[in-house]
Amino acid sequence: MSDAIVSLQNVNKWYGDFHVLRNINLEVAKGERIVICGPSGSGKSTMIRCINRLEEHQSGVIQVDGTELINDLRRIEAIRREVGMVFQHFNLFPHLTVLENLVLGPTWVLKQPLAQAEALAMKYLERVRIPDQAHKYPGQLSGGQQQRVAIARSLCMTPKIMLFDEPTSALDPEMVKEVLDVMVSLALESRMTMLCVTHEMGFARKVADRVIFMDHGEIVEQGKPDQFFGNPQTDRARQFLSQVVH
Amino acid sequence: MSSTPPTAAPQLPFATARMSWRRIRESILHSPASVLGTVLVVWLILMAAPALLNWLLLKASFTAPDARTCREASGACWSFIREKYRLILFGTYPFDQQWRPLLATLLLIGSIVVTGVQRLRGRGLIVWWALALATVAWLMWGGLFGLTFVENVRWGGLPLTLMLSVFGIAFAFPFGVCLALGRRSRMPAIKAICVGYIEFIRGVPLISLLFMSSVMLPLFLPEGFSIDKLLRAQIAIIMFAAAYIAEIVRGGLQSIPKGQYEGADSIGLSYWQQMRKVIVPQALKVVIPPLVSTFIALFKDTSLVVIIGIFDLTQSAKAALADPAWSGFGVEAYLFIGLIYFAFCYCISKYSSTLERSLAREQQASPGR
Repeated sequence: MSDAIVSLQNVNKWYGDFHVLRNINLEVAKGERIVICGPSGSGKSTMIRCINRLEEHQSGVIQVDGTELINDLRRIEAIRREVGMVFQHFNLFPHLTVLENLVLGPTWVLKQPLAQAEALAMKYLERVRIPDQAHKYPGQLSGGQQQRVAIARSLCMTPKIMLFDEPTSALDPEMVKEVLDVMVSLALESRMTMLCVTHEMGFARKVADRVIFMDHGEIVEQGKPDQFFGNPQTDRARQFLSQVVH
Repeated sequence: MSSTPPTAAPQLPFATARMSWRRIRESILHSPASVLGTVLVVWLILMAAPALLNWLLLKASFTAPDARTCREASGACWSFIREKYRLILFGTYPFDQQWRPLLATLLLIGSIVVTGVQRLRGRGLIVWWALALATVAWLMWGGLFGLTFVENVRWGGLPLTLMLSVFGIAFAFPFGVCLALGRRSRMPAIKAICVGYIEFIRGVPLISLLFMSSVMLPLFLPEGFSIDKLLRAQIAIIMFAAAYIAEIVRGGLQSIPKGQYEGADSIGLSYWQQMRKVIVPQALKVVIPPLVSTFIALFKDTSLVVIIGIFDLTQSAKAALADPAWSGFGVEAYLFIGLIYFAFCYCISKYSSTLERSLAREQQASPGR
């Protein structure tokens, strides 16, 4: 517990009668990079969405950077400042330019002066390799570019933790690589804590410190990528891997 | 903002003519039913046009010195308008002071145009309006810097209509947005108040609200305390329009996908920051057309204040008709004010479609969810 930056203890969640998360226990160390996989409907997205309170858990304890997530707006907002999130469908703001999307959080939430926020935004746009798109609107960019903008938008808040919720699932195949490349360089260069829900097993092998396999709302298995992909311990994991990895 | 150069391909005159002939054939002569429709419409126009033209222009009287000679002409009596336009435009405002409401009107229209072309934004615009409204108030009331004082019961005509509309829109719009947000609030008390308010106001005609404000409200106020009649009517108009604006804006809010809220949540924006920077701007853009319809309706609905005896444009037209020397020219009077109303409404509507197009051009393709 001591150096865990995210910790979930006996977390449960129901949608009506449907038990989405069953007794989840997870400790994430600072700087650790975790890939979460599992069949659809296994609760993996719900789990990471609980970490920044986009979903509310019903029992158990979630702690982020030493602060417990409870129903207190100020505390939730404080935690959201520390946690960046990248969505499957980007969720960029279509009425703002790329640059305006990026400086919105820093100027309004972190109260940075506009010039400083813009300089930072340009730095991250260069990092995701699209500085020349700064003055376009999201609707004028390709899916892969939009997702990279979304990554840059999260980074502009200089979060301690990044959550990725199936960041490449909505992309055309030829754009998946450009987004994954950005994520790989982010993981390898910055040592940022990352939790990534994805089916990109190549990405998992390359950067993950730990792979977590979920099914039916439970963490079924976890381990180092080599160990998990090479020698899965449970039938459910074996079955899942045989369907995903050809 | 980049503007694309207009595609002005030079065309030969007869090529253009042939093109337009083809367009005519395609749009009004493409099936037997449309041929029949076209013939019918053309026949109706041919029947009506000469009589209309005669009445409006050819046999109309423009220069008759009094009503009797005017009546002898079989067409419209535009002399009536020439005689009475100042009464219609400015109501019972002291005759020799009518340059003041004229200036006020021009200033109001100018301020609306300045807002519309978006040359001034933010603080500059607020300062502009503050100065403009102060000047309008000074011109209309007077009593300072050498202008004689004019009570607001003597105000009338076009400036009054414009003021009721401008203040109506300026206050009803933010109020309506707040009501719409309140109706979607998770806090039950706020939601209940907003729903109750909106449903109550929408269930009551504007006329009855105006009556209530002018007849009933004074009964409830303590003795010796009274709110100006004009102000009461203005408040009734604002309250009425806000409820409709709220429902329109609510429709826009509901069209914003959940992902926008989550995206805003994820970068830590508070509720009010989300609404102000992310949700409401997008929602308003969606509802520009119905919103403008409401503004136009509000502009025309200000004419209902006649029933509580306020001298707006419609009422002053009626007053002009009440002159026994010039009685019986109702059609001309109402055509005249109709034209004024039309000019304003048409400009509002044109402006809204320009605005929509420029906003659409900015963003081109609609983005992912």
